[in-house]
Amino acid sequence: MLRAALPLLGLPLAGAAAEGEPTQEPGAPGEPPPSLALFRWQWHEVEAPYLVALWILVASLAKIVFHLSRKVTSLVPESCLLILLGLVLGGIVLAVAKKAEYQLEPGTFFLFLLPPIVLDSGYFMPSRLFFDNLGAILTYAVVGTLWNAFTTGAALWGLQQAGLVAPRVQAGLLDFLLFGSLISAVDPVAVLAVFEEVHVNETLFIIVFGESLLNDAVTVVLYKVCNSFVEMGSANVQATDYLKGIASLFVVSLGGAAVGLVFAFLLALTTRFTKRVRIIEPLLVFLLAYAAYLTAEMASLSAILAVTMCGLGCKKYVEANISHKSRTAVKYTMKTLASCAETVIFMLLGISAVDSSKWAWDSGLVLGTLVFILFFRALGVVLQTWVLNQFRLVPLDKIDQVVMSYGGLRGAVAFALVILLDRTKVPAKDYFVATTIVVVFFTVIVQGLTIKPLVKWLKVKRSEHHKPTLNQELHEHTFDHILAAVEDVVGHHGYHYWRDRWEQFDKKYLSQLLMRRSAYRIRDQIWDVYYRLNIRDAISFVDQGGHVLSSTGLTLPSMPSRNSVAETSVTNLLRESGSGACLDLQVIDTVRSGRDREDAVMHHLLCGGLYKPRRRYKASCSRHFISEDARERQDKEVFQQNMKRRLESFKSTKHNICFTKSKPRLRKAGRKKKDGVANTGTTNGKPPRDVGFQDTAAVILTVESEEEEEEESDSSETEKEDDEGIIFVARATSEVLQEGKVSGSLEVCPSPRIIPPSPTCAEKELPWKSGQGDLAVYVSSETTKIVPVDMQTGWNQSISSLESLASPPCTQAPTMTHLPPHSLATEEPQAPLALPSDPLLSFAFPPSLAKAGRSRSESSADIPQQQELQPLMGQEDHTHLSPGAANPRWCIQFNKGGRL
Amino acid sequence: QGALSSCLRKPRRDPPSFFPAVSQASLVRLHHRFRALDSNKKGYLCRMDLQQIGALAVNPLGDRIIDSFFPDGSHSVDFRGFARVLAHFRPVEDEGTGTWDPEEPEPLNSRMNKLRFAFQLYDLDRDGKISRHEMLQVLRLMVGVQVTEEQLESIADRTVQEADEDGDGAVSFLEFAKTLEKMNIEQKMSIRILK
Repeated sequence: MLRAALPLLGLPLAGAAAEGEPTQEPGAPGEPPPSLALFRWQWHEVEAPYLVALWILVASLAKIVFHLSRKVTSLVPESCLLILLGLVLGGIVLAVAKKAEYQLEPGTFFLFLLPPIVLDSGYFMPSRLFFDNLGAILTYAVVGTLWNAFTTGAALWGLQQAGLVAPRVQAGLLDFLLFGSLISAVDPVAVLAVFEEVHVNETLFIIVFGESLLNDAVTVVLYKVCNSFVEMGSANVQATDYLKGIASLFVVSLGGAAVGLVFAFLLALTTRFTKRVRIIEPLLVFLLAYAAYLTAEMASLSAILAVTMCGLGCKKYVEANISHKSRTAVKYTMKTLASCAETVIFMLLGISAVDSSKWAWDSGLVLGTLVFILFFRALGVVLQTWVLNQFRLVPLDKIDQVVMSYGGLRGAVAFALVILLDRTKVPAKDYFVATTIVVVFFTVIVQGLTIKPLVKWLKVKRSEHHKPTLNQELHEHTFDHILAAVEDVVGHHGYHYWRDRWEQFDKKYLSQLLMRRSAYRIRDQIWDVYYRLNIRDAISFVDQGGHVLSSTGLTLPSMPSRNSVAETSVTNLLRESGSGACLDLQVIDTVRSGRDREDAVMHHLLCGGLYKPRRRYKASCSRHFISEDARERQDKEVFQQNMKRRLESFKSTKHNICFTKSKPRLRKAGRKKKDGVANTGTTNGKPPRDVGFQDTAAVILTVESEEEEEEESDSSETEKEDDEGIIFVARATSEVLQEGKVSGSLEVCPSPRIIPPSPTCAEKELPWKSGQGDLAVYVSSETTKIVPVDMQTGWNQSISSLESLASPPCTQAPTMTHLPPHSLATEEPQAPLALPSDPLLSFAFPPSLAKAGRSRSESSADIPQQQELQPLMGQEDHTHLSPGAANPRWCIQFNKGGRL
Repeated sequence: QGALSSCLRKPRRDPPSFFPAVSQASLVRLHHRFRALDSNKKGYLCRMDLQQIGALAVNPLGDRIIDSFFPDGSHSVDFRGFARVLAHFRPVEDEGTGTWDPEEPEPLNSRMNKLRFAFQLYDLDRDGKISRHEMLQVLRLMVGVQVTEEQLESIADRTVQEADEDGDGAVSFLEFAKTLEKMNIEQKMSIRILK
């Protein structure tokens, strides 16, 4: 392999020189006709893709090398480094092959390299910011580009008339205008590459960047019009042609945008129906966006505009429709492709510059162009900003204008366009090429290098990144509504009015049409922020290793830190409200004996910290579904363990606010039962609704995703999502047995009474110490329905491992699902709650799981384990308990919110 | 027309606090609008006049914003009160943000007053605090039907907890302002045409 690779690496560099080597070519003359060759060398068959892959590899490696040193990349933008690398590589190629081999082909550039970058920027464009500044962006993009093109072209022509450009540059006014049109456009690739590292404030960034994206339409039109005028010859151009040119500006820009929006619509609509084939969701995004680009290109509309609009338009709906994993996949693939394309573009730009055969240098032209593009850009920005500021709520100040003028970078688009010129029609092409290369290099390298110090020196307002909070999100929505209402009252139909209108329309029709019903139901920005915050909290709990059972256990990372007053008051509240859900260790300061304390610590340790990795080999070779690897599953389990522990301490401080939450869950659970998934351990004499829900000190940490809702929405489907949420319910039940009440899973949640306020009783905290036979910590059979199926077995195993460690092996672990419930109950009288009394119900896997096509070979093996839902802490420790104590029963349930 | 000219003349005689906050041109514009809304030329607006604005009906906060025009349970608002409410949304001038003559009352379009306007939309019972219940009501209006009641409650809980610093289970105005201290309120709560 290595032997084969070495000459290969040499080959692309050596180019044609190497390919004639007959040593290993089987088809070379003189070789005896076909015999079975042991080794065949087929470079030509793989040459093209191999070269492409190699170049990308080289570019990526270079990127890695650059980023090895933080110092270098903090000073020099990556684009500069890549261009320089390209120059070096180009020089090597030139030296080895004696001719310039590889360069930026306009066709490759426009068809393959540009689309990913534009799609990435369109898709991840902050749409609110974009539309807030749309007026300014459009002005700069259209008026600014036109202004730049005409003034630069005219000024260069004037320069030539003045005799400062050598007479060998044969170009008329039209040629210069053509050149002006291609050199005037600010380049999205270059702007993005440089500005991403500068971190100016969002408004400034979106204006410069939005301009660079939207000016494509103007550039394309100007370029095409001028080009055709040049080809026709200036004498033949008639007045109607000018009119056509102006008309084509509208056709190209609006047409491009329309194509993009149509494809965005198609894309959103398609993803609405991908529920069963999640795996192709990311592909669809790329395919349709690329189709938009190609279609626009085919119709000679503005392709960049098309793909930008497509990304911008579809994002909201696509993100709502596709699964969480697909979202991540789309994000990463898009970023990878864009970054890859950008790297290759800059490197190829460097390499292309080496090819001196295309060059023709004219100092007057080069210097003149450089001066003019800088000067007219600045002048144009100042003039336009002056006009815009009359209409802007927040005027752009002088510093902004400086950055905007200086940030007008030219890039690969200009280079590709100038390469595309026809030498026979434009005799000065070589001069233009040289000038363009110099301009691109100057803007990317010199301006790119200096813009960071400049921004620092001018003290441009940097972007400030702060974490989103629920309050901010909510209030921002409030402000939007207020402003819309005030505009209504004032009777002025301004921006807020139209935005409000659009949102109404979107909500009423578009979202209904383009989002699947379940996604639409759950899609809400405030909810979204809430959901994300919860996820972040959960993750940071785990990151902290769960060792946060301190007095500040309440402090969520996303919340501002809370002072001690709050803490004590919460604790007081807790004591007063007196429900016995005090799991927090800090309350155990009144335990009676050292032994008790030790037990408590031990208990919590075991409860929370025990995790026994289980071995599980699953042969999964499905192409359509990604199975999690063992590591991931283990992480999930550890996560659960940690969450459980966290929730206990969380609950003890929080329960007073949250107790009503379990109600709706119960309803859902009831539905579960109807579906035959829930178990009915119901020897409950009382009507199910009789239970006092408000007494359940339950905390529901909702970590659910929309997919889960989706599952709820259509009950016929039990398609399991990989990324569904988990709902953890931890609650204390007490005296359940005395009441003859069984935590019916009829009501999934048991119905506990208020535990009399006795916060200092160690027996309450240490559930296994309560009355005979009532000591067990239960993990109800609900667990199986709650945890995503992937985790169920793992969960069960961890439970049983906990058991085996904390207690003598269970006497009566039932191993068959069809074990009659009554016999079980008799066998284990002290734990009737948790026993799955109905075989059907204890079996948590819905039959349609198999239908869902997942390779669940282990699901059958899981069945026996479902039965292991037994007292977590067996019958141990009975001796310790004080007989007079109340008998609290801990029932920790992990409810999955959705129906499985 | 008489009402307008009297309104325009008045500030010169005894400068009321709100007239400096609205420029002459906007005042004329507002007065036109006021008369257009005043359906039967009675010289004041009542709730009905504002409710008939079509777009306000679909605005989730529409009712509350209408209510803010009628402070203290009054049933009518004259042009002065009308302009006073809208003066909150005048953009803040570049200079003098936060520095006004201490003799004069704080201008209506100051950051704090803008925030106060938003705050009183939440604070229905005017006790200076957004309770969990009030937060829930706002959320119910804003979030829409697709989120379940239970989820709404957890959002409300979390929102209150997030802002609540003294642990009283409610958001006071200071806490409210603090949650928004990073936000550019002067910009977000301004309408250009009221300049």
